[in-house]
Amino acid sequence: MSGASGKAVRETRIVTRRLHDVADAWRYDVARADGAYDTWAEVLRRADRADVLGQVKTSGLRGRGGANFPTAIKWESLPDVSPRYLVINGDEGEPSTFKDREIIEKDPHALIEGVCIEAYACNINTAFIYLRGEFALGHDRVVQAVADARANGWVGRDIQGSGFDLDIIVHRGAGAYICGEESALIESLEGKRGMPRIKPPLPIHSGVYSKPTVVNNVETVATITHIMKMGGDEYAKLGVGRSTGTRIAAISGHVQRPGIYEIEFGMTFREILFELCGGIRDGRALKFFLPGGASFQWLVNTDEHLDQVYDIDDISAKLGTTLGSGAIMVYDETTDPLLVAWRLAKFYAHESCGKCTPCREGTGWIEKVLYRMSHGQGRPDDMDLLLAASASISPDVLRAPFTQTTICPLGPSPVSAVASLHKYFRAEVDAACAHANGRARTTIQVHAS
Amino acid sequence: MTATESPAVAETTVSVTIDGITVQARPGELLIKVAQDHGVYIPRFCWHERMKPVGMCRMCLVEVDGIRGFPPACTLPVNDGMVCRTDTDGVKAAQDGVLELLLINHPLDCPVCDRGGECPLQDTTLAFGPGESRFVEEKRHFEKPIAISDLVLLDRERCIQCARCTRFADEIAGDPLISFVDRGGHTQVLNFPDEPFASYFSGNVVQICPVGALTAKPYRFKARPWDLATVETSCTACAVQCRGALQSSSNRLVRLLGVDSDPVNQGWLCDKGRFGYEHVHAESRRLAPTLDGAEVSWPQALDAVAAELKRERGLHGGSTIAVLGGARGSNESAYAWARLAKGVLGTDNVDAQLGEGLPAEVVLGLPRAQIDDLDRAAAIVLCAGDLKEELPVLFLRVRRAAVELGVPLIDLSAAPHGLSRHVTHPLAVAPGEQGAAAAQLAAALRGGTTPDAAIAAAAAVVADRPGDIVVVLGRPSIAERAEPSVQAAAALAGVPGARFLTALRRGNVHGALESGLAPGFLPGRVTLAAGRDRFAAAWGRVPEAAGLDAEGILRACAAGTVHVLVLLGADPLADFPDRALASKALDTVGTVVAVDAFESDSNRRAKAFLPCTLWGEQSGTVTNLEGRVQRLGRKVSPEGIALDDWRIAAELAQRLGHDFDLETVDEVTDELAAVAPAWHGASAALVRDARDGVVLPVAEHRHEVVLRRVGRALGVDDTPSWEPIKPDARPPVSHSLEEAATDGAPAEISTEADPADASPFGLPIELFRWDALAPTRTVPPRDAYALRLVVSHSLYDGGRVVQESPSLRGLASAPVLMVAAADAQRLGASNGETVKITSARGSATVALRAVEGVTAGTAVLATSAAGFGATELIDAGEIVTDLRVESMR
Repeated sequence: MSGASGKAVRETRIVTRRLHDVADAWRYDVARADGAYDTWAEVLRRADRADVLGQVKTSGLRGRGGANFPTAIKWESLPDVSPRYLVINGDEGEPSTFKDREIIEKDPHALIEGVCIEAYACNINTAFIYLRGEFALGHDRVVQAVADARANGWVGRDIQGSGFDLDIIVHRGAGAYICGEESALIESLEGKRGMPRIKPPLPIHSGVYSKPTVVNNVETVATITHIMKMGGDEYAKLGVGRSTGTRIAAISGHVQRPGIYEIEFGMTFREILFELCGGIRDGRALKFFLPGGASFQWLVNTDEHLDQVYDIDDISAKLGTTLGSGAIMVYDETTDPLLVAWRLAKFYAHESCGKCTPCREGTGWIEKVLYRMSHGQGRPDDMDLLLAASASISPDVLRAPFTQTTICPLGPSPVSAVASLHKYFRAEVDAACAHANGRARTTIQVHAS
Repeated sequence: MTATESPAVAETTVSVTIDGITVQARPGELLIKVAQDHGVYIPRFCWHERMKPVGMCRMCLVEVDGIRGFPPACTLPVNDGMVCRTDTDGVKAAQDGVLELLLINHPLDCPVCDRGGECPLQDTTLAFGPGESRFVEEKRHFEKPIAISDLVLLDRERCIQCARCTRFADEIAGDPLISFVDRGGHTQVLNFPDEPFASYFSGNVVQICPVGALTAKPYRFKARPWDLATVETSCTACAVQCRGALQSSSNRLVRLLGVDSDPVNQGWLCDKGRFGYEHVHAESRRLAPTLDGAEVSWPQALDAVAAELKRERGLHGGSTIAVLGGARGSNESAYAWARLAKGVLGTDNVDAQLGEGLPAEVVLGLPRAQIDDLDRAAAIVLCAGDLKEELPVLFLRVRRAAVELGVPLIDLSAAPHGLSRHVTHPLAVAPGEQGAAAAQLAAALRGGTTPDAAIAAAAAVVADRPGDIVVVLGRPSIAERAEPSVQAAAALAGVPGARFLTALRRGNVHGALESGLAPGFLPGRVTLAAGRDRFAAAWGRVPEAAGLDAEGILRACAAGTVHVLVLLGADPLADFPDRALASKALDTVGTVVAVDAFESDSNRRAKAFLPCTLWGEQSGTVTNLEGRVQRLGRKVSPEGIALDDWRIAAELAQRLGHDFDLETVDEVTDELAAVAPAWHGASAALVRDARDGVVLPVAEHRHEVVLRRVGRALGVDDTPSWEPIKPDARPPVSHSLEEAATDGAPAEISTEADPADASPFGLPIELFRWDALAPTRTVPPRDAYALRLVVSHSLYDGGRVVQESPSLRGLASAPVLMVAAADAQRLGASNGETVKITSARGSATVALRAVEGVTAGTAVLATSAAGFGATELIDAGEIVTDLRVESMR
């Protein structure tokens, strides 16, 4: 079936094939029988590092963590300094994002094979897999998988007689969302409090223990194996524009069939939500949806938004939002957008690491104001207050991608919700806050200016 | 910065445009600093010149061409062509926003806050803030305040999370005992459970806190900042002599803040120095002169003492009189007492040390290093006691050199110490055997071969690095005689380029030795023989032969050959290593005259007690361990009728028929500068006007002198206390006296090329150089059943500064005997068990602890408060002290 986008309206299961099709793929024997490590063996046999880099470059693969940075370019900027490190960011903590978790729990050997190939390509001998603390099952399975891979000669000293050494160290986080930010993750990995570092220097120049470090997302790494298997050219044929290949979308909320969908770039949101996911549940109408996880601006039930193509660059250029971490949250007509905004703000206020003043204090303030607005105590000028307070974190509140007064993008994240309320639900918000308590002013004049 | 560094700096600069004005800066310098140096103040809270930037507070956001958004100026290194604006609407909005956010959870309890009135948050809000708040919810609450140590309290509601304190504790002090916990709006600084912020440097975090979150117990609610009067001074709690801003309110000392003296303390103080001012106002101070225990007037007391001295001089020619002490006071006091003893009484039995330091010829005659040389050294050789306990800010400087600048540390210590973890080359030396180890090291450093792999490795590292070797030479333990240290000094002095910092602890011991309070020496680093003619002309007479040092004086007292002993602030019973000898000396000597502020065991039975002024009540100069002479500030008038030591000496001299003709302390300084060869070219006025003081010998270091702004008075009132307080906030006039002359320097500063012309006492004398002949006495072998004793000093000791300061008195920990785990096991003693220790001299009981880092065969006795007499175990005649340790079970 081909939809309005011209793309087939179906999943294109490349990275997620095994975890869907093979029961107990997390077991070494099962995964091996399905071809796990064949590609790694082939890469070692060919012993051509430049070829791996070339294939990944040709494939156009971009980071799947949310920043969309071209993977091959990151590798190429790795300084020739020893030791260097590879870090896999498995601290998937963004609300509604659960695609890496599927790979981690159900197909850990896909992750490890990708780590091996990437480490080989970048000539790195130590890789860290940093897993979100809450991933208890995932942690057990990755630890077991690394042990099995080591026992079977895919990881360790002189792998398959190639002379190449690779140690993989699995590290479990302690429950902080901020550790998904790569420099905070590195701090945490080093045993310190997870707080983002000042950049520059970027991790690629000075990361773990101040050594050059490549940090890649789980999905990105898992994709590399398939690029090597099918060839960069073939992979690049999938997708649209500079958004090549597939993306695992984690779709949640008021759709008939929530879950993970590996989709080829280029479908429209209408096709994804209404055909793949079966439309809005209980026969209700769509009210709004978050196209790129919790941190970016929302979209609503208009033709313009629903016919937007799932394309990293196109959505950013046209609608000022991004595909972020690959999560789509869908809300039906019964949803109070103020409550959604408040709950998101509450998450960010709780997860702010406390380093930058605007985020530490500002996210908490936004949360408090949104709380009263969403709980019947809003004041008539609260929406303007929110916009003003947000401007201290993200000076051009409505602009996307946002500017920021903070080190990392956590602080501006709840501002996306504020901006979305203002852009799409201003009348509804003002109505909800028109009468509460009868108090008109929220400003306390300290002295005459 | 010295004049020689300036041209190198000028060679590589980049152009940076700040608010339309193009300035030159060093590449890589931070934008916030460049702007500040050129008069553009970018508001900030977290950034501190002496620490790494962290970019937390976001107060210093600016706009920079080519950078999206608002980068913080504190983390942005400048590069050529950078164009920055600090005054745009966007920047102002960002500043407004950050301040509004900082204040939403700030309690605004300014009326009862110690910081109120000198608070950066207040000042920055006034200058850059929005003036109103739109926050109407409940503020964040914490219990307030909580004590994070015995000296520091934390109010987490006031905290703005700038990380200055946590970074200081970690980066500078090496005591990472406070940290952020929790997150978001609940982020707070906290110590770890059951682990207080017990850092020797904890007071610094109070000073650098940009709000009133951290307050110091001794100062809390004592004053309002606008009531404080300030004078710049040097701390004399130890021989580093950190620069400080001493503040009083209603004629009471209430606070000492660190002044950022680049060559010395770089803004930091230790807690003993910071809070020790309390002892000046101690209840127990003796404020009236007494004769045989009865209070008398000053004339009565001085007449009686003068009569006694006169009688003794008449009967025995003066050599039966001895003077011990003087390391506590000013250079002027030491000089006046040296002149009284040597020029009037005719005795050379004078010693400012109490047998716990190094021979004067070693201290005065070794090639000197400056503290700053540590930063540029090829290697630092540690051959001293625990610097963290004895000279805390020198510890910070060595630590910085090792940790931040990568200077190798070669360690000849017999006991673990505060720098052990940073030592790159531990040479595992047994107590008393550093001489032999140093000889091997010196041979290797001169290019010889050595069978010892550790020594060879150390020598190899040094060979690969530019710069000189700086030896930190002290007396590691009073349980061993000075000879092993002298042997080490002699060996290392033979290494080309080796220079020495003498790690003697007492506040002005170096100044006292330089001013003549040492046997065989006259003021200004000359021997009796070399300076005889010059000082005979100046003083009228000079002793015939070199006299006795402290040990000799005490032995002579005990033998009855010294009849009159003057204790110039000295307490030999507490401080001389051999208490039995000191006790016998004091029991036997005929007359004791005490010049002191407190009663002690040693002076309790003195015939005459002459109360003297203390630090804070005195002006004058002091000299630190690198030979840097700086000015003391007098902040309060003396308690009671106490007199300056130098004036007591002058009064006594007058009664003995010698009019010193000295009316003010500046006149004493000028006389010292005129007669003392090492002081040639200096004067009271020069010391006052030199920003970082004057290093002795002045003739060698004149080019380093940086003058304060002409016409500027001493004082730091216009520098906010939380910023690094500069001795002079404005740029120096010039880098040398010669330039100053053309620049309109004050007329009273001598700028003559040949300073000898200024002296009425003839041409300069060549300064004393030690011949570096090592004593040959060797260390006897240790028997297998004994442990060789190391007595380590503690910062919070039994001395007057600690014991008379209420805030410090309780900090001393109980004495403990530290041994290697293997030795504890051999002794059958468990950790914490009380054991009996016995030396040839005496015995005591003490808790035993097995400690990693202590070498087998060694016992380290950590003494602290008064009451436990390690000195009861020591025989001053023995080169080392061996202990039997017995379990008492």
